[in-house]
Amino acid sequence: MYDNPDGVMIGLEVHVQLNKLKTKVFCGCTTDYHNDPPNSHVCPVCLGLPGALPKINKKAVEAAIKVGLALNCKIEEHTQFYRKNYYYPDLPKGFQITQYDFPISSGGHIMIEGEDGEHRVGITRAHMEEDPGRLVHEGTIDKSKYTLIDYNRSGMALLEVVSDPDMRSPKEARRYLDKLRNILEYLDVFDGNLEGALRVDANISIMGGQRAEIKNISSHKGAERALLYEIVRQKNVLRRGGIVVLETRHFDEAREITMSMRSKEEAHDYRYFPEPDLVPLKISGWAPAIKETLPELPDARRLRFVEQYGITDDHAKALTSELKLAIFYENVAKKADPKTAAVWICDVLKGELNYRNLTIDSFKKEHMLSVIGLLASKKITEDGAVDIIRTLLDKGGSPDEIVAEKGLLKVEGDIVSTAAEEAIKENPQAVADFKAGKEKALNSLVGAVMKKTKGRADARAAREVLLGKLG
Amino acid sequence: MIAKKDLEHMGWLARLELSEEDKEKYTPKLNSVLDYFGELDEVDTEGVEPTYHILPMNNVFREDEVNVPAKPLTQEEALSNAPKKQDGFFKAPRMM
Ligand SMILES: [Zn+2]
Repeated sequence: MYDNPDGVMIGLEVHVQLNKLKTKVFCGCTTDYHNDPPNSHVCPVCLGLPGALPKINKKAVEAAIKVGLALNCKIEEHTQFYRKNYYYPDLPKGFQITQYDFPISSGGHIMIEGEDGEHRVGITRAHMEEDPGRLVHEGTIDKSKYTLIDYNRSGMALLEVVSDPDMRSPKEARRYLDKLRNILEYLDVFDGNLEGALRVDANISIMGGQRAEIKNISSHKGAERALLYEIVRQKNVLRRGGIVVLETRHFDEAREITMSMRSKEEAHDYRYFPEPDLVPLKISGWAPAIKETLPELPDARRLRFVEQYGITDDHAKALTSELKLAIFYENVAKKADPKTAAVWICDVLKGELNYRNLTIDSFKKEHMLSVIGLLASKKITEDGAVDIIRTLLDKGGSPDEIVAEKGLLKVEGDIVSTAAEEAIKENPQAVADFKAGKEKALNSLVGAVMKKTKGRADARAAREVLLGKLG
Repeated sequence: MIAKKDLEHMGWLARLELSEEDKEKYTPKLNSVLDYFGELDEVDTEGVEPTYHILPMNNVFREDEVNVPAKPLTQEEALSNAPKKQDGFFKAPRMM
């Protein structure tokens, strides 16, 4: 049982770009703008020109329902849009079309790995809205003189997923984000690798203070850092007898600190009112059919992997934490021993990929199958297999080529035997020491055998052969 | 009751600069609007469904098709009315 000594309560608002759609939420502009010049995919609707009329993308609504269902939310009978009014350069109309008291889905939950085992995090609601444009500052945000604006992003379909304040540490917040991203990728509504795909605002309070809202967090690691900083800051304020006030703070990712951004605009100043250009939606009837099309989600796949392949829960969890990794594993496990595959993918390949900042896309399943095959037929040692995997990642090639090039085939017993005889002959002092009871002297003989066989011998086998000859 | 400082706040939210004369003129006008809503509040709406939207319609959609119904603007067209621009971006004073 985690006792949460500081009474930390964290709730997250995650803005998810539904970037697998072809077009923006209220106009036909493409979502494929990431490598194009600024303001080259804009139209009267997403530029907010007078007289333009938004019309909602049906696929965006379907995607929102899909996500709502996957987060165990209820899909609401009646849902509609509002204008949230405020002036900021990223908002060309002077308001954002969003949802307010009738969100498309609400009242769900997901399970995360908490401080004390499985932990439930409530989902308050997941509502639809449009993305603002992208602001570019020359230099840092507090020093630059101008703001440059690119509206290519303006009008992208967003889903704002609001959690209950159920997370009790920055680590839990990070796990929640990992899990949410994982679910979204399984649903195929979201590509997390695109810039700006997922942005986070965090609400955090500790016992004895009010909450701070931290804006401008753009990564999972950033969220954890911002929250760690914020807990220390709030504790220091309270320790000095101060008051932690309700406020909005800005996360400076480079300096890893949060800064107060005092603003005259409070929540009630948004002057929400129903969007007259968009009629309400009555789409809860779509939910049962969409539910039928939901793919197997991470938790379900993890259970199935344990049952179907007989692998450990830890391995199943690691393998299902990324959709591509799960698919990779399953493709390998169909053609090789599933347990061996799990060990080599989770315990070796994943580490080597992480170390190089690569994803599973950088490794071919055929190569994993050959490595496992070479091990199973005892043609290479485990060290040799690791060497092959590393070489494939660093230089490319194929396992067979690498085996040939590096001479990784396990050497025959008689070669080890010859090498052992030579080693004994050439190192009389070590032999004498060993016979006098110094067990460590054997190590230098094993070393000599390894050197003679250029490392292809198995160290344990060499040791046994030497013992046999010395005994 | 809307006081002068409420009007000033509304002006700030809408980024409107109000002269003293404007303030004298609009404060009573907005108060008369507010009074009218006060009258509406007195109507008995027991059992009446709230009106969410003035059009008696639901579920109007478009398909997820690129550049339908119209092509996007070119960058030049998009920026043609901008008072300030730079390298294809709109340029605005720094906020915060
Ligand atoms: Zn557009």
